[in-house]
Amino acid sequence: MSKIQSRRKFIRSITRYSLGFSLAALTGFSLGKATKSEWVWQIDPFKCTSCGRCATDCVLNPSAVKCVHAYDLCGYCDLCGGYLEPGHISRDTAAENQLCPTAAIERRFIEAPYYEYKIKEDLCIGCAKCVEGCTAFGNGSLHLQVRHNLCTNCNECAIARVCPSDAVIRVKAEVPYLIKGGFTPE
Amino acid sequence: MPEIIKTAGDSIRKNIFLLTGILLLLLFIVPGSASAQQQRFPMPEFQTGYELPDTDRPEPRAPGMEIFDLAVLVLVLAFTTWLVLKRRSRKLVFWTSVFALLYFGFYRNGCICPIGGVQNVSLALFGDGYILSLTVLAFFVIPLFVTLFAGRIFCASACPLGVIQDLVIIKPVKLPQWLQRTLGLIPFIFLGFAVLYAATGTTFIICRYDPFVGIFRMGASFSMAILGVSFLAAGIFVARPYCRFLCPYGAILRVFSIFSSRHMSITPEECINCKLCEDSCPFDAIDYPNDEKKNRATKADYRRFVFYSAAIPVLIIAGALAVSGSYKLLSKVHPDVYLANLLVEDPGMMYESDMTEIETFMASDRTLEMLVADATEVQSRFRRGGYYLGGFLGLLIGLSLTQQVTFRKRTIYEVNRGSCYSCGRCMEYCPVGKPDHPYHKEDNNNHS
Ligand code: SF4
Ligand code: SF4
Ligand code: SF4
Ligand code: SF4
Repeated sequence: MSKIQSRRKFIRSITRYSLGFSLAALTGFSLGKATKSEWVWQIDPFKCTSCGRCATDCVLNPSAVKCVHAYDLCGYCDLCGGYLEPGHISRDTAAENQLCPTAAIERRFIEAPYYEYKIKEDLCIGCAKCVEGCTAFGNGSLHLQVRHNLCTNCNECAIARVCPSDAVIRVKAEVPYLIKGGFTPE
Repeated sequence: MPEIIKTAGDSIRKNIFLLTGILLLLLFIVPGSASAQQQRFPMPEFQTGYELPDTDRPEPRAPGMEIFDLAVLVLVLAFTTWLVLKRRSRKLVFWTSVFALLYFGFYRNGCICPIGGVQNVSLALFGDGYILSLTVLAFFVIPLFVTLFAGRIFCASACPLGVIQDLVIIKPVKLPQWLQRTLGLIPFIFLGFAVLYAATGTTFIICRYDPFVGIFRMGASFSMAILGVSFLAAGIFVARPYCRFLCPYGAILRVFSIFSSRHMSITPEECINCKLCEDSCPFDAIDYPNDEKKNRATKADYRRFVFYSAAIPVLIIAGALAVSGSYKLLSKVHPDVYLANLLVEDPGMMYESDMTEIETFMASDRTLEMLVADATEVQSRFRRGGYYLGGFLGLLIGLSLTQQVTFRKRTIYEVNRGSCYSCGRCMEYCPVGKPDHPYHKEDNNNHS
């Protein structure tokens, strides 16, 4: 082996060792900021301001964000702020009276004067219209959540990028929901 | 991060508590702001034995599955290493890569991948409060270690972005050297900016402009779909355009691969200069023997080399000052900076504009001072980060200048370790050591 060749070989292995060493150091530092848990995206319902971007900005179409109902908060009202269009003509299930653009809320009579409201998630597009209505006129029991059976858990959630109220946050995969009622903000 | 401990008893107790509280409150106050949670209407007391339904909580992918992903990655890398270094089989590399494309691309939807992992690691190292998951860290680090030992094995078969481009190579054209060199700088620049934008907690530009993720998910916004399709269309002629001229992870892999301890080689033994592999690499990653007389460094070359090397420190300082000086421009992408800029410039917008951001800001209890303070903090992070990014870019330009005037004598055909993806195509063309070929091992000696 010529002198030049062996010198080259020497430089190469020195560089290789320093690259390996830097990579190991970087790994070590990062380990200090890592957890065994996986992280998933979720909406903090107390921060969400029902802007409507959840419906339009998810990489999935329809969005992986759906409306959920915290039944333990609901008043079971006949006159539901989340269900009925503000200027509704009559209090029946006709589509023109409903706030939801896809008629995704099912209204069921329980006993006088109470009604149960249930979201049909295959219809819901996560537009937050009902959430807005329910928060403004009702108990705020309707709210948005990322549904993990649909969500692809993007490295950076496309909704988090545009949410005006920073409501889309990362939570540990062991507790993947922030459902109102059981959950109260810190 | 809120911890949610949900047990049935807990939530009922809490609710009764909440209810009594709210009922008492309701006696005194009129329902106020819409954003706070409030129980305006008490929960009914049902007579008919109606039971409260539970709110559905479909689980995310089972925990532990990430370990499985990781195992798949390690297996694919190990198997491919063996294939290109020992077994020398392009066919098996191909099928392994198809498997990885199906698994990491179409089944796992292209997330998480080491390319994007660059950003998670940067944000965890430089940003405040970002927590990595170990899987992401492992995904980022493992292919790099493998590259240090065996070359860009990850690119050969494990990267879904690379493989999908590899499959559409039909009529690769040779690109002129200067064009390859120039475009080859883009990955490093992209890497630098990706780290800056991630480290400042602004956004993940690699994920945002990933042209193929939409294809893996079978759905993307219109502009991203166009981008993905045009990359694939271009890839018919310009092999692996994303890998060669954009991929920021590829920039790191390239450096690691140059210094790898082992690397696949075109020929299993000694090159006999038969030229059969000359056109076999679609990525122009094969270095040819060069004419020593024509390529010998002249005195002028030598002087230029000294000059360029001396210029490197100057370039680093100039770059650092220039990029850091443009911190205002660079930081505009950050939502806080953007909003603060708008409102400071025209405070009237606070009351007139119907922009969602402004309306939300006005409804929150954040004041303009708080917003401006946050924005200033972000800007100063950009200013600091700008020094490093600028220095890095200066170094990059300096090194690529010196490269133009360095020559290395070469008498055989060999792979360029930085550019080679270890795909194994060229191995098939090399006749050396193949029993049914005239250049059989025994009479090999005559040629070498
Ligand atoms: S983008 Fe944010 S504020 Fe808008 S609906 Fe979704 S979570 Fe709520
Ligand atoms: S992580 Fe991706 S799929 Fe899930 S809600 Fe956000 S954008 Fe939609
Ligand atoms: S109004 Fe919007 S968020 Fe509510 S149920 Fe209908 S689609 Fe879903
Ligand atoms: S293995 Fe051969 S054909 Fe494939 S990229 Fe490397 S040099 Fe080119």
